Formats: sequence, structure tokens, C-alpha cells
Amino acid sequence: MKRVLLIAIVFIFAGMGAWPASAQNPSTIFIQNATIFTVTQGNIEHGGILIRDGKIAAVGKDLKAPDGVAVIDATGQYVIPGIIDCHSHIAVDGSVNEGGPAVSSMANIADVLNPEDISIYDDLAGGVTSANILHGSANPIGGQTIVIKLRWGKPASALPFEGALPGIKFALGENPKRSGFTPPPGIPPRYPATRLGVEEVIRQAFIEATEYKKQWDDYNARRAAGEQGLVAPRRNEQLQPLVEVMEGKRYVHSHCYRADEILMLMRVAKEFGFKVRTFQHVLEGYKIADEIAASGAGGSTFSDWWGYKVEAYDAIPYNAALMTERGVVVSINSDDAQEARQLNQEAAKSMKYGGMTANDALKMITINPAIQLGIDKRVGSIEVGKDADLVIYNHDPLSVYAVAQQTLIDGQVYFDRQKDLAGRAALEKEKQDLLAKEKKAAEEKKDEDKKAGDKAGAKPDAKKKPDPKKKPPQDANGSASAVAGGAL
Amino acid sequence: MNRTPIIQRFCVALLGCVLLSTASLGQNAKPAAYAIKGGKVFTLAGAPIENGTVVIRDGKIAAVGANIEIPAGAQVIDATGLEVYPGMFDAATQIGLGEISQVSATLDVTELGNYNPELVAATAVNPASAYIPVTRASGITEVIAAPGTAGFDAQGGGLITGQASAFNLAGWTMEDMQLNRSVAMVINWPSIQTRTFDFATFSIKEKAYSDAKKEYDKSVNELSDWLNRARHYAQAKEKGSPALYERDLKLESLVPVVQGKLPVLVIADDERDIRNAVEFCTKQNLKMILGSGAEAWKVKDLLKEKKIPIILGPTERIPDKEDTPYDKPMTQPSELFAAGIPFAFSSFGTSFSRRLPQYAGASVAYGLPHDEALKAVMLNAAQIFGLGDQLGTLEAGKLGNVIVTNGDPLEIQTQVKYLFIKGQLTSLANRHSDFYEQYRKRPKPTQ
Repeated sequence: MKRVLLIAIVFIFAGMGAWPASAQNPSTIFIQNATIFTVTQGNIEHGGILIRDGKIAAVGKDLKAPDGVAVIDATGQYVIPGIIDCHSHIAVDGSVNEGGPAVSSMANIADVLNPEDISIYDDLAGGVTSANILHGSANPIGGQTIVIKLRWGKPASALPFEGALPGIKFALGENPKRSGFTPPPGIPPRYPATRLGVEEVIRQAFIEATEYKKQWDDYNARRAAGEQGLVAPRRNEQLQPLVEVMEGKRYVHSHCYRADEILMLMRVAKEFGFKVRTFQHVLEGYKIADEIAASGAGGSTFSDWWGYKVEAYDAIPYNAALMTERGVVVSINSDDAQEARQLNQEAAKSMKYGGMTANDALKMITINPAIQLGIDKRVGSIEVGKDADLVIYNHDPLSVYAVAQQTLIDGQVYFDRQKDLAGRAALEKEKQDLLAKEKKAAEEKKDEDKKAGDKAGAKPDAKKKPDPKKKPPQDANGSASAVAGGAL
Repeated sequence: MNRTPIIQRFCVALLGCVLLSTASLGQNAKPAAYAIKGGKVFTLAGAPIENGTVVIRDGKIAAVGANIEIPAGAQVIDATGLEVYPGMFDAATQIGLGEISQVSATLDVTELGNYNPELVAATAVNPASAYIPVTRASGITEVIAAPGTAGFDAQGGGLITGQASAFNLAGWTMEDMQLNRSVAMVINWPSIQTRTFDFATFSIKEKAYSDAKKEYDKSVNELSDWLNRARHYAQAKEKGSPALYERDLKLESLVPVVQGKLPVLVIADDERDIRNAVEFCTKQNLKMILGSGAEAWKVKDLLKEKKIPIILGPTERIPDKEDTPYDKPMTQPSELFAAGIPFAFSSFGTSFSRRLPQYAGASVAYGLPHDEALKAVMLNAAQIFGLGDQLGTLEAGKLGNVIVTNGDPLEIQTQVKYLFIKGQLTSLANRHSDFYEQYRKRPKPTQ
């Protein structure tokens, strides 16, 4: 019971960590006197951004705040487009892996979005405004994925990025062949256990999906031709997403490491007439950057992670720069709630490793992931008509010294550092009050129990009584992110 | 904060290292002397010296100053436009003890059993590990490998996990590299954990508080017992003849600990765990260094009172608890500094050791003075582990562990241009730069 109460308290606090952007937010905001990195249209010193009804209405050097609008004074500060994380597992309730079957395309991350995951707020505070929420990498063909905006404080139904094409996670290499996973006693190992088997699983699934698509195409054609009394094919939740892949209605985001497995998936994709939208992690992408560029796929990689498994031993921090040089659209992703809130720093590493320009580095966390997710008409740069998803930093965002001050989504302030700081004392007080209340309730209950015990004539067992001076148990570790960590 | 204008440098990334030799373990036969000339010298023992010179001879710093005579025959390193610092020190890693964290055959981090005080990290540090050249390319010249510790690349485990070793990140053998084979006894402080993550089933396991507490009490009693036995062992050894006791490696290793000669690096994060560990070490009269210390900010008065320094874990991490302020891991160093508690940054990793300057830089963004952050990656760890007379500042007589950078060493884009370890110019080439050079030359495939 105590535990339940404590969990309840934690939840209340999770909800109070920020101020749900509300209808009170003004519909017109003017950001003045900022250094603006538009990403696609150059940098503007002492510039202004006019936001109206959630969209960027004007950007420029000589803009003046219209009368009566709310003004954010960004003197000495920097504004960039909201950061887009092309590989995230935040905002997911429970495990991200449906590891049972080798093809788990029937599972959909959209069904388990958790708007109360504190990581949403943490990442907002690091300037992230949109994220590609992926299924784990336990299966050659994994679950369905969804792009969200980090609208902290809103219900799950308000998280999805409107109009963004859904995706599906594929995975190659050690994870789908379960190299680092020992099945619990009594459970046989799951096929496949080799990269050969991984390819076979994907090909077989697409053979079946092709058959399934044909059944439906035939049915629809005959129905359209006016044929009566037809029975529709049985709907297959596992194959349907693959049909959507072949029809270009769903993006493939494939987890991969080694060059050979990347080439393998390209061959399979060609055979079945679909495109891989992004290769994720793609740590050996630099070895076959020309082939990836020619395939039209994007590469979404880590800045400098390496060595944590055999297939990551050839990973190099020059990967992003080398792939970019050869024409691949590259993004830097997080795969981790902490890494997400320092993506600006991670992007800057390509300036050190490989001599990328500052603007190209910024592209890798803004317009490039937007292109990879097919949302570049809406977000990824500061341009008139685009969503007002913006981050304001106190320092050059490619510096380790930059701290996000405000994060806006759809022209609403979802994170404000000053408000966060100002609200801490009240939160702490509320927490202490709740703890005191619970402690008091526990003591009262103890007294009641004692009375009841006395009445029954039983001798109270002092040893078994909880000591009210002792702190309540605290939980450590085992957080949701530890679970997501298995998705590397 | 304006002290760091961003320089958008598109450096010739590897020119420096290509020009240097890529002898397999980084160092050539040593010239008699080097003179690093023309750079801005940050000695960390006084104000920075514009246009200063650092002379290195026979492995040590021979002279530092503005008008230093360059000895005849010295190899001159032109550091015009560059900055010169002591090398960085990552004070808790598993470097050399683990290569690929998912392949157990490559790991020597975590031994079986809970009490292994006789184990010494230096025994199994692989001088040919790829992590050594990769890490030093980011300006880290020396590290401590701590057995049994957990981090991004290691699960860790055990209670008394062995002796941590300090060593330079270059050398043909551990004998070349070592600074001190035994700088601290590592203890993973037992935590009262009601929820643990079970990797075998990939799920969270819960247990009753009373059961968790029982396990905790048992561990603490065992720890006390080991230390008491070590005291008796020391007494017997001192007073008795060898015939009266059998040689016991574990107890023998604990003798310097109970005598207060060897510090204990106690890894603890939760407030309660830190308090318990401090209470325990005080009672046992141990010389405690706190490791990781995520919630040290809740225990500042106690740590200050007991003069306990901290080897901090990565600052860039999500708070362990949901109601902790989102930026606490980054603001904590400035709080500790304000409270007068000495600390050093560390990675608790292998692959992320090269992020050490980033961890320090992030804390500057959240209030730590920049010069204090420099000390916390260059000097403080040396002082905390008793190596302050050899390392940490650019002063005559100290070891020639020196880096030359093209800017602020804590900034992401800054490159290390030259690196000296034990007074030798050391290659910056590594597994990653080698692959880069190899694959950037790949011709376009013909299709």
C-alpha cells in the first residue's frame, strides 16, 4: 500500500515538472534581437522571428514587434530550429521490444505512448521538439514506429506528429540474431541466429506480403469492376505494414552496424521494390557511403559511441562527416534520453572529427532528420510558414557551454528554464507536505492497530512495527530507460 | 560565459598525428629534450603565460616560463596560436580491462565473488587495447582503472572489488605505464535495493523492503568482519611469529586499508547509501573517497565535515529520480565547489573516457568556474590519489604529461595537436583515425 502511495506521489511530481503549455499561451509571439541560425537560409544577427498561430510568420533582421504581442527578448541569445531526434525510445510505456516472433510488425509503438514519461520533459529541456519513437531491435522485422512532438503535459493522443508517415523498425546483425541474449530456462533460442537467417526472415516475410498484397489487389480490382458476392481476404496484421512499405506508405528505419548487412538489405529492398528510408546507427556506413548515397537512404548515426559490441568495434567518430562527404543525408541521433538532450554537442563533434562546417553540423539535428522522417515541409529550419518549433540558447548551440533557455513547439513555450528554476521551491514543499501527510497517516494507522491489538488482548510485537523515523524506501535503477537501453 | 567564443575551425583533422610517427604503442625512442614554444601556457599553478615555453627533459618538465632558454639539441614544437595544458586524468575507468563489453572473453573488469581485495587492476591492463590511443587522442594522458566498477561499458559487481591502478596512456608494457599499481581499494557500497533490473529476463524484479534491508545488513556486517579480521591479521603479523598465522592474501591486502594508508574508493549514488558509507568509513577509520556520488549534493555538509573528496561520475546523465531537478547532474559540481568539497571528473567508462572534457564543460555551462573545471580534469584527481607531486600542473620536476590544443580543452570542437606522455611526444593516431584515413581514400565503386 505504501508503495502504491509512493508511486502515486512520484507520478504527481512527474506531472508537475513543467507547465503544460496551455491555451494561455499567446497566439502571437515575437522573438527579438536574437542570433538566428535558420539552417537553410543562413544566419541572422540581431534578428527577429514573428510567430502567429503556431507558425513562423516572419523572420528577418529588420523586423519590429507588432503592437501588443508577447515579446521574448533574446538579446545575446541564439535561436535554432527545434532539434529532431531520429532515433528515440522515450514516451514508451514499458518495454520497446516485442521479442517473441522474428517478425513483430503487428506490434505498434503508437499504441503504448506514455505522455507522462519524464524523459519527454528532460529532452524538451535539451531542445528536442520532435522524435522518431522506435520499436526495439530484437527482430529482423520489428514493430511499427511513430513520429511525435514533445508536447509535454498533453495527452497521448496529442503527441503524434500530424501527417508524418508512420514507420517500421527493421534490425540487422547481433540484436536480431540474439547474440547478447540468453533465453530464460526452458525457452528455446529463437530463429535466426545468424546474419544469413536475418536475411532469410526478411525475404520470406516480403514473399508472404507480396502474396497477401496480390490477394487484396485482386479483390479490390474485381470489386471495383462490379463483381458481386466476393469474400474479402482475411486481414493479416503482420503483413499489412509490409504491404504499406511496398506501397511507399510506411518508412523502413533499419537498425544496422556492419557494411555487409547494409548491402544485404539494399539487395532485398531492390528485389521487393521498396526503399529503406533510413539506416539507423549505421556505424560502418563510412565504409560504403557511396552505396548508401546511391540507394537514396539516409544515415542516422551516433556521434562517437563505439566498442560496446563486436559490430560496433569499427565505429568511428568520423562516420557522419565521411557519409556526408559522399552525399548521404546524415542525422545524429540519441537512442537514449540523456544523449537526446545533448544532441547539439554531439552534432558539433563532426566539426572536430572530419572538419564539417557549423551549418552542416546543425543540419544533422534539424533539417536532415526532418528530411529522413518526411516532415521537412513542416519543421527542421526557420522559414516562413513552417511550424514554430524553436530552441533558444544562451550560447552558441554547437558549444558545450550552451544551455537551452526556452523550447517552443507550435509556437507555444513548452519549456522555460527560468520557470523551472522558479518552481522548484514550491515543488519541494509540496513533496515534503505529501511525505508528512503520508507519515502521519502511517502513524495513525499504527495507533489504530495498537488499539485493536490491545482490545484483542494480543501483545504488540514491537520488533515488527515500522519505525516512523526511518525514511520510506526509495527505488533506484530499473528505470524505463534501462529497458530502452537494450535497443542499441 | 563569454570567455569562449566559438571558433568555427575546420581543422585539418589529423595533420598533427599523421606527421607524428604511428609507432604501434605511440612512442618512439626519446630525444633528449623538447621545447614547446610560443603557446599560451596554462600551468594550473598560477596565471596563464602568454607566449610561454615549456621545456621537457628526461621524461619530466624541466622549466616553464616566458623567457626560458631552449636547451641545445631540444626538439622544438611550435605552439604559436595554440594552448598548452597538463594532460587530463580520468580518475575512474575500466580502460585496459575490457575491450568489447558484450564479449565476456574480452573482459577482466568484474571477478566472481564479493570480496576480492587482493586483485590489482594493473595485472590485466592490456597495453595494446584500442581504447588507449583513442582516449589519449582526446587529451587524456593518464587514467585509473578500477575493477568491479559499473558504467556504460561494464556491469560491475562485487563489494570489495580490488585495487585500482593509475597508469599513463602510452607504453609497451604495464611496467612502462604504471604510475601506482595500487591507488585505492574499490568498494561498491551495498544499496538497499527493492527494485533491480534483471538482465537475464530483461525485466524489473521487486523485493520487499525488509528482505532488501536484510541483505544490506548482511553485506555491511561482512564488510566489517573483513576489516576486523585484517586488523587482527596485522596485529598477529606485527607481534607474532609467522608460525602463528597463515599467510592470507585477502587480509594482507586489506592491512593498508585498515591502517589508513590506502584510501577506499567507495562507489555510492543515493543519499542514503552515501550517508551509510560515510558513517561506516568513519567508524572503521578508513580514508574514504566517494565514487560516482550522484546525490552528493544532498550530503554536502557531511562530506565537507569528514573531508571526503569525490570522483564524480558523468555529469551528462538523466537524474536517477524523477523529482530531482532535470539539470542536477550538471549543476552538482558547482554546488560542490561552492561548498568547498574537492572533486574530480571521471567517466566510469572505457569508450566514453574521451568524453571527460565534455563532462567538465557541461558543468561549466551550469555554473562551475572554468578554471575549477580544468583543475577537476587535470589536477584534482592526482591530488586525491596521492599523485599530486608528479602530475596535474606544469611545473618543473613534474612528469612530462602535457597536451597542446588549438583552443579551450573543454570545448567540443577543440583538437589536441600534440601530446606528451612521460616526456615523450606521443602519437595521436588511433584505430579511429586509421579507419578514417583508410576509407576516405576508397575510390567510388563502379556500378
